Amino acid sequence: MPPLIGGIFFMDLLIFKAPILMVQASLDGILLGILFALIAYGMALQWGVMNIINIAQGELVIMGGYIAYFMYMIGIHPGFGIIVSPIIMFFVGWGLYKLVINKVVDRDLFISILATFGISILTQQLMNFIFGSDVVVAQSNFGTTMLFDGMVTLPNAKIFAAIVSIVFAIGLVAYMRKSKLGRAIRATAQNARAAKILGVDTEKVYAATFGINAALCGVAGSLIAITFTLHPYVGLPYTVRSFMIVVVAGLGNLPGVALSGMGLGVFEEFADYILGTEFRIGSVFMLLVFILVYRRFKLSRKREYLK
Amino acid sequence: MKIKNFIITFVSAIALLLSTSTISLAKVVGDKIILGAAVSLTGKYSTNGEHTKNGYNFAVDRINSMGGVKVGGKTYKFDIIYYDDESNSGRAAQLAERLIKQDGVQYMLGPYSSGLTKAIAPVTEENKIPMVEANGASRSLFTKGYKYLFAVLSAANQYLEVAIDLAVEKNGGKPIKIAMAFEQDAFSQDVRIGVVDAAKRTGSKITIDDKLPKELNDMAATLAKVKATKPDVLVVSGHSKGALTAIRQIAEMKVDVKMLAMTHCDASKLAKQHGKNSEYALCAAQWHKSLSYKDKFFGNGMKYDKEFKAQYGYNPPYQAAESSAALLVWKDAFERANSLDKDKVRDALAKTDMQTFYGNIKFSPAGQNIAKPMVLFQVRCEGDKCENKVVAPTKWAAAELVHPIPKWSDR
Repeated sequence: MPPLIGGIFFMDLLIFKAPILMVQASLDGILLGILFALIAYGMALQWGVMNIINIAQGELVIMGGYIAYFMYMIGIHPGFGIIVSPIIMFFVGWGLYKLVINKVVDRDLFISILATFGISILTQQLMNFIFGSDVVVAQSNFGTTMLFDGMVTLPNAKIFAAIVSIVFAIGLVAYMRKSKLGRAIRATAQNARAAKILGVDTEKVYAATFGINAALCGVAGSLIAITFTLHPYVGLPYTVRSFMIVVVAGLGNLPGVALSGMGLGVFEEFADYILGTEFRIGSVFMLLVFILVYRRFKLSRKREYLK
Repeated sequence: MKIKNFIITFVSAIALLLSTSTISLAKVVGDKIILGAAVSLTGKYSTNGEHTKNGYNFAVDRINSMGGVKVGGKTYKFDIIYYDDESNSGRAAQLAERLIKQDGVQYMLGPYSSGLTKAIAPVTEENKIPMVEANGASRSLFTKGYKYLFAVLSAANQYLEVAIDLAVEKNGGKPIKIAMAFEQDAFSQDVRIGVVDAAKRTGSKITIDDKLPKELNDMAATLAKVKATKPDVLVVSGHSKGALTAIRQIAEMKVDVKMLAMTHCDASKLAKQHGKNSEYALCAAQWHKSLSYKDKFFGNGMKYDKEFKAQYGYNPPYQAAESSAALLVWKDAFERANSLDKDKVRDALAKTDMQTFYGNIKFSPAGQNIAKPMVLFQVRCEGDKCENKVVAPTKWAAAELVHPIPKWSDR
């Protein structure tokens, strides 16, 4: 076994010897980050509006992925999953709200975490029951884009995923600004009681918000079906990652979500090259700890100043 | 009303007590030898748990219908008590206790996966209950000095050693450059130890040694490193997810290596899910139907494959085949021991030396099967139909290895 230091030294050399790898790492990280940002965007939305941390976020993503996979199995191109999956998932989200979430929405955070944790276990077992515990993939056959004489390769499926994510994110921002429901959602997020007094049906707003979140997960899931792999039990990393992105960006900061998604993606890729693959996910968590500590530090200084 | 309820409860409690106490003598009931098994019928191992169970049942039916087991002049039949361990190692250990203490089982069959076997082995060992297992390949099972554990399959560190030897042979006996990507779990790391040993033995150089976190489903960075360093062999092991991710991204990134060696091609249905993109991948397997081992119960691999499919509706993966082999080992041991005493049967198990359709079986003192080499097959496609063809060991091989793998630009 080569010593750890030797390993780092070698990797160090590699990325400096072949600077083209930096381009590859940055692009991979950005494409990965945009996709994660889409999931985080949904989480930020329903967290902000309903004050619920949805542990089942990853499972909703995987469920959306299985819808695309199911289409692939019956002979439809899985790319169309980005249209079908959000429609189905919107109603799944709506149904989940009416069944479970509406009973925990005004309670404290701990209850909602428990409830969504329950939903996540139930969904995992349900997907296992329906689709089996095999790891599956859907083929898009989109091919590859080669840059710099084949030195940098970008799978078109990932580019497609990034573009679709951006389109959906922009579409949603516009919808939130312009439509009646969007205004109602924003009003409820600001002050649910005041919104209710002014005639907003907050119950409906909550259901729609949870539905929209699930629909975004559906889009992301069908993109994951063609870029990565699906398995009933791989939802949790997506939950954790989107949670992290939202924590780094802060609530109600949508451009921040996109930036922190991409930033964490690029950071993760570079950590892989420089520290080694085994530290890839660990280093992202380390970064999170640093950011949180730094935030507290800044916040406490501000408080002192206010005093 | 209350008295009536009380009586009903009382009577049913007594009935329950009686029924459990009769079962607790149940190592042999009438003419049946009872074996116990906890397998994963739900949870993340449920697919392979099902294969394991079907493999066991298929062999039990076959042995029973061909005259059963003859011990002390009397003919017995096999029967298995199953519990669902929910793919959870804590649950598996509990169920092993229950099988032994409550159901009185004296002879155990293994669960699916190394992790669950590791959870059960201490329990069977403590109670001195012999266990023949067919689905736990982890090296650490054989380094703890277990006396009652017997594994019919090859250990994890043997999986890809053959591939490294083959690559060196193809390189004219000269050392090669190896790139490795292994998931950070017990099984894959065992496979890694085998590859590292083989590299040392052949004087080969390991240029990339990536350990993939379990949550990771993206190997792009590892593959970019491979592209930049151009090794002779790329070795990947990370269960089904690792195999499917690797093939998807190797094809997308057009990574050219002379040899690509992997595990879990069978379990992940690589050839079916990725089609032509998976062509030329070299895969380690415990068993393949085209191998020419023989026994009198199943004939050979081809016959086993056909008859299993007729009964269960799908082609048996090696998980099913090795599970069936475990029952053949039990039968053989009972008859040689000529006794139902668990310690005598254990000693007979230790002396096993036989051939089954699955391969030769002979146990080392640690309970590891040392008589069966791993097989390597290569995915080959004709048109859009892809198939696994055995290429090593050359003695059993049905096809020639394609080496080096053609470049993506020529495919």
